Amino acid sequence: MHYLIGDLGHLFVILSFVTSIISAFAYWKAAHASTEEQLAWLQNARVSFYLHGSAVLGVVVALFVIIYNHYFEYHYAYSHSSRHLPGQYMISCFWEGQEGSFLLWIFWQALIGLFLIKTQRQWEAPVMVVFGLVQAFLASMILGVVIPGLDIKLGSSPFILLRDAMDDPIFKLQPDFIPKDGSGLNPLLQNYWMVIHPPTLFLGFALTLVPFAFCMAGLWQRQYDAWIKPALPWALLGGAILGLGILMGGYWAYETLNFGGYWNWDPVENAVYVPWLVLIASIHTMIIYKNNRTALKTAIILNIAVFVLILYSTFLTRSGILGDASVHSFTDLGLSGQLLIYLLFFTGVAIVLAAVRWKEIPTSEKEASVYSREFWIFLGATTLCLMGFQVLLPTSIPVYNRLIEILGGESNLAPPADQIGFYSQWQLWFGVLVALLSGTGQFFWWKRIDKNTLLKELAYPVLITLIVFAILISLTRIYDPAYLVITLAGVYLIVSNVKVLLSVTKVNASLSGGALAHIGVGMMLIGVMFSSGYSTVVSLNNTGMLISKDLPTEFNRDNLLLFINEPRTMAGYEIEYRGERVEPRNVAGYVNKNDIDLTLDPYKVVAKKDILFKGKKILNAKDTFEINPENTYYEIELRKNNEVVAVLYPRVQINPSMGGFIASPDIKRNVTRDLYTHVSLPMNREEEPEWSELEEIRTRINQQFFVNDYVAVLEGVTRITEIEGFELSDTDVAVQAKIKVTGERDTYYAEPIFLIRDRTQVGRLPSEVNDLGIRITLINIHPDSNEFTLGLNTRQKDWVIIKAMEKPLINILWLGTGVLMVGFSIALVRRFKEFSKAA
Amino acid sequence: MKKSHIIAIVVIAACIAIIIATAGDASTYVTFDQAYEMASVGNKTHIHVVGDLKKDDAGNIVGIEKSADNLSFSFILIDENKKEQKVFYNEPMPPDFTRSEKVVVIGSYQNNSFIASKILLKCPSKYQEEKIKTTSL
Repeated sequence: MHYLIGDLGHLFVILSFVTSIISAFAYWKAAHASTEEQLAWLQNARVSFYLHGSAVLGVVVALFVIIYNHYFEYHYAYSHSSRHLPGQYMISCFWEGQEGSFLLWIFWQALIGLFLIKTQRQWEAPVMVVFGLVQAFLASMILGVVIPGLDIKLGSSPFILLRDAMDDPIFKLQPDFIPKDGSGLNPLLQNYWMVIHPPTLFLGFALTLVPFAFCMAGLWQRQYDAWIKPALPWALLGGAILGLGILMGGYWAYETLNFGGYWNWDPVENAVYVPWLVLIASIHTMIIYKNNRTALKTAIILNIAVFVLILYSTFLTRSGILGDASVHSFTDLGLSGQLLIYLLFFTGVAIVLAAVRWKEIPTSEKEASVYSREFWIFLGATTLCLMGFQVLLPTSIPVYNRLIEILGGESNLAPPADQIGFYSQWQLWFGVLVALLSGTGQFFWWKRIDKNTLLKELAYPVLITLIVFAILISLTRIYDPAYLVITLAGVYLIVSNVKVLLSVTKVNASLSGGALAHIGVGMMLIGVMFSSGYSTVVSLNNTGMLISKDLPTEFNRDNLLLFINEPRTMAGYEIEYRGERVEPRNVAGYVNKNDIDLTLDPYKVVAKKDILFKGKKILNAKDTFEINPENTYYEIELRKNNEVVAVLYPRVQINPSMGGFIASPDIKRNVTRDLYTHVSLPMNREEEPEWSELEEIRTRINQQFFVNDYVAVLEGVTRITEIEGFELSDTDVAVQAKIKVTGERDTYYAEPIFLIRDRTQVGRLPSEVNDLGIRITLINIHPDSNEFTLGLNTRQKDWVIIKAMEKPLINILWLGTGVLMVGFSIALVRRFKEFSKAA
Repeated sequence: MKKSHIIAIVVIAACIAIIIATAGDASTYVTFDQAYEMASVGNKTHIHVVGDLKKDDAGNIVGIEKSADNLSFSFILIDENKKEQKVFYNEPMPPDFTRSEKVVVIGSYQNNSFIASKILLKCPSKYQEEKIKTTSL
């Protein structure tokens, strides 16, 4: 038992909680104190925050040591890790649990806080008060301390021992019991995206605190507009990182989950999408204020809203309130109350502070002209907020139900049955509006335009838009009116911003961030429209076998049943299932399951023969290599005109302790379209297959016969002296037949054995050819006629059921994401420079 | 009228439209009887029904029928009012289907049969496990 590391970790958690409160208090004092006292308070505050940072680092290190060294006496290591987990996924274990993800969030905020202390002289004290308070709330979530007397548990510690977390009888008999292995990491998270997606997302979460803290500090210190300049670059950085995190999540879903897309409008996704939209809106209002001294109040409200929404989404996803509404299984750690207090505290403080100061906030009475950029940006920001509102409203349905229940009522409201259709129909039209507004707004941003020059300025871009649109339409053949409008808006957004980009780069390339970011958004809009709007299921079943006659005729099915080595046609391809494969851990490639022998260790197998992959030898015969026994890959070959164009390996993971069966797709990527394939149902290998009744035939050496419609020939019968490593005695006689069976693709050998023990007992060892679904038994030998009796059994051949979808132009979405990120980077470099010049 | 007022009115109108649409498109958790009633008056909206799979006395799940080609299946779900209903689903049976404690079906009645367009499985989560694998010792 390693008690020390856990106690140390717990101590660090408590220390980080206490120091964050002390630091907040000292900074509060420093913000109010007279000049001579201020320095002393500041020094105190800084030291406490440095201590806080070190304590947080200590917690992180302690938890990682526990996971890395497989200390399964700790609940966190036991329930999130296992001995066979590859090294890089140890990192994913760290944030798989709620406690670890809170820790990650605390860690990022501590780091940002330290950075702010170094760079923000003027704002340090008031901003760090907010930081200290937020850190205290977050640290309390992993505190794991019971308040004496009240019997209230504060937080859930990642350092609790297994025996305290689980009520297993073994601990009564043997308090020092340590499991030999952990229950492992959720297989869905064993993916490289899951190593980088959560830290990116939580960095984005952490970054939203900075503009909020500046906004609060500005209101508190009556510096009503000075906070915008230091806050803006951080808001941009937050927008970029949070956006990147969200898109990484989408990309992970596309690659790993099998719902056939990158965005499912699940409450968990919505909970981060809404704050991001509002964050983007707040960035735009901050830019309006910097340029034109208007919309300050809007900027303040939106900055508060972003942070409150982040807290709300934390509450939604971690309190267990989404229970019946989401496919994700959330675990309620009993933190709901604490999370609610956290949410209400900052919402209350922010609203009260803003209300108290409201009258003092300078406003501008002048109306923005229709020909000003402010007008257009403001409309765009408003649209973004409406987009957020539209998603937030239905996502909160479980909250309404709970509220009504608390008030004594009853509510049976459920989220929309067709989530994707419901949200998409609204969001796409909002997207069109955003595209039109930001396309037009960019002209006004770049040049002063009035009534007279408007036509002249817009004529060329509109003309080019129409030409590009016409070409695109004739190439892609879109006819749906809604999709036509979306494409047109997307093209307009891109064209107008390309024009601005060209003009801007001539003057000053560092100003091009906005134009680039908007081009990226336009590309994403078009990519989303095509890949989702024109996503088609190509694996349609046309066999006409129905389950029941009661069913209506539109009960058509989207899956395809493939028998091994039997080609079918699908989406212009000839598609053929080639069998089950395993993936060696240390060599790139896949190995046929027929070519390996199992060992006692399920993670180690031996190659039966030299293993070739794509014509190259990757393993030698008799090599022992490591695999992950949970994973099976189904080799699917796609051919066009008899030439192999792609081999796909969709994966199935069977992990009983994690809830069973997980299918991940494999994607054939083309420039213009992806072919997305996943297994819907694999054969159950645990079940004994149903064999046909034994058919007996008499045959001679080199005489052909048929088994399951395959040509077979008995090549010879030889006497053997051992069977599977067991030496036979002198009184035993054993012969082995060698039967060649010619399959569609390969030649197989069945080698059944006929055995006479002690001259009396007859034994027969049949031989199976897995791929062909046949079993051959050597039943009898007739020396008088040189004939042999063979027993033939057949079964249904190996099969797999797949679903395949075509996703056109999805690469434009990913490319647009990249362009958006480049745009963000250029913009935020410019704003950070602007800030450091001003300081 | 000032432009800002017009914008405010448009925004409020949009919010009201969103609220109405959400209320209209929101589904409901109902029982099979209610779902049947809805369908018989021509209401084709998809609803949520929460239920358990039918089990025999020994606790084995009964009533699952797969199509000959495994591409679709049907099962018997018992809702909160203990009403049994055969539910058709046009996807292969998920391998962890029989392990699920609760099933949420989203769909509607068509010609007296309940057709699910989506099923959500509530599998026993690993977090609820109270037993530790001691066999690996």
